[in-house]
Amino acid sequence: MAVASISVNESPLVLYALRRADDALILGHRLSEWCGHAPMLEEDMALANIGLDLIGQARELYSYAGKVEGVGNDEDRLAYLRDVRQYRNLLLVEQPNGDFACTIIRQFLYSAFADLYWRAMMTSSDATLAAIAAKSEKESAYHLRHSAEWVIRLGDGTAESHRRAQAALDDLWAFTGELFHVDGSDRSLIADDVVIDPERLRSAWNATITGVVQTATLTLPAGNWMQKGGRSGNHSEHLGHLLSELQSLQRSFPGAAW
Amino acid sequence: MSTPNSQLWEVFIRSRNGLAHKHVGSLHAADATLAMQAARDIYTRRGEGLSIWIIPSNAIVASDPADKEMMFEPSLSKVYRHPTFYEVPEDVGHM
Repeated sequence: MAVASISVNESPLVLYALRRADDALILGHRLSEWCGHAPMLEEDMALANIGLDLIGQARELYSYAGKVEGVGNDEDRLAYLRDVRQYRNLLLVEQPNGDFACTIIRQFLYSAFADLYWRAMMTSSDATLAAIAAKSEKESAYHLRHSAEWVIRLGDGTAESHRRAQAALDDLWAFTGELFHVDGSDRSLIADDVVIDPERLRSAWNATITGVVQTATLTLPAGNWMQKGGRSGNHSEHLGHLLSELQSLQRSFPGAAW
Repeated sequence: MSTPNSQLWEVFIRSRNGLAHKHVGSLHAADATLAMQAARDIYTRRGEGLSIWIIPSNAIVASDPADKEMMFEPSLSKVYRHPTFYEVPEDVGHM
């Protein structure tokens, strides 16, 4: 790596925006890996569209984080010049694409939360975050609809698609607890109505997940042990590999533009 | 790509400036719900429309190209059917 990582002063608001931006960028990048490889042309386009929505959300959140931090870190520097331990995304979104069922289950678990989350965040006392939420909510609503329809068809499809969807749900379930993660940094923002407490969304999220999983004839995993660490930079082995690809150009050719 | 579980659908979009739904192309999907999502994802990415119709391709009854002469040639000689033979009074304005 030719370029050193930047250091970021993670005030509560900066850290908040980086966490959400990292979720969107990493999941968007994962979906971009399907481009040219999806099971059918129609789904290739659909996954790329969702990925582009997410990368658009990431750009706005990075720009805002950089503006709040106020030392000249723009969206590109925040995305390309932070190392793996500085990334704050959920472990869920960095999990490998796996098969199509795995990608769809991952998207469904995330989008069911993101849709509720951004809708609730439209009431934020921070005008920029409220505006980002309003735009993201419309996009997330479609991501949820698209992934939920596929969960139903995979679960209630053939024996093979059912087996793969159930395996994906079993594998990814332990990463869902982190969706509701809150720490001291968040609590100060929650107290000021800048962000919402995700705990408020838990019963609605459970209802969405349970309804779709039942319609899909799948079974929710019984275990309630949850994996965590992404929000504080303790990632699975997969994120480093993802970043080495995502960042290689800017690390090798600093400031490259085209 | 077509698979045993996906059929062909025709897609019609009504553009922002109204008018009728226009045929824009086709796609493969397993059922109507997925076909509608695929139509949205493939054919409205650049703000092309505000309404989508989808129709199973096998529901369309098409004229046979071999019948072209019988079907369409007889009308060519009947130019009097065009409305250009009528004088439109000025008070009517733009028609």
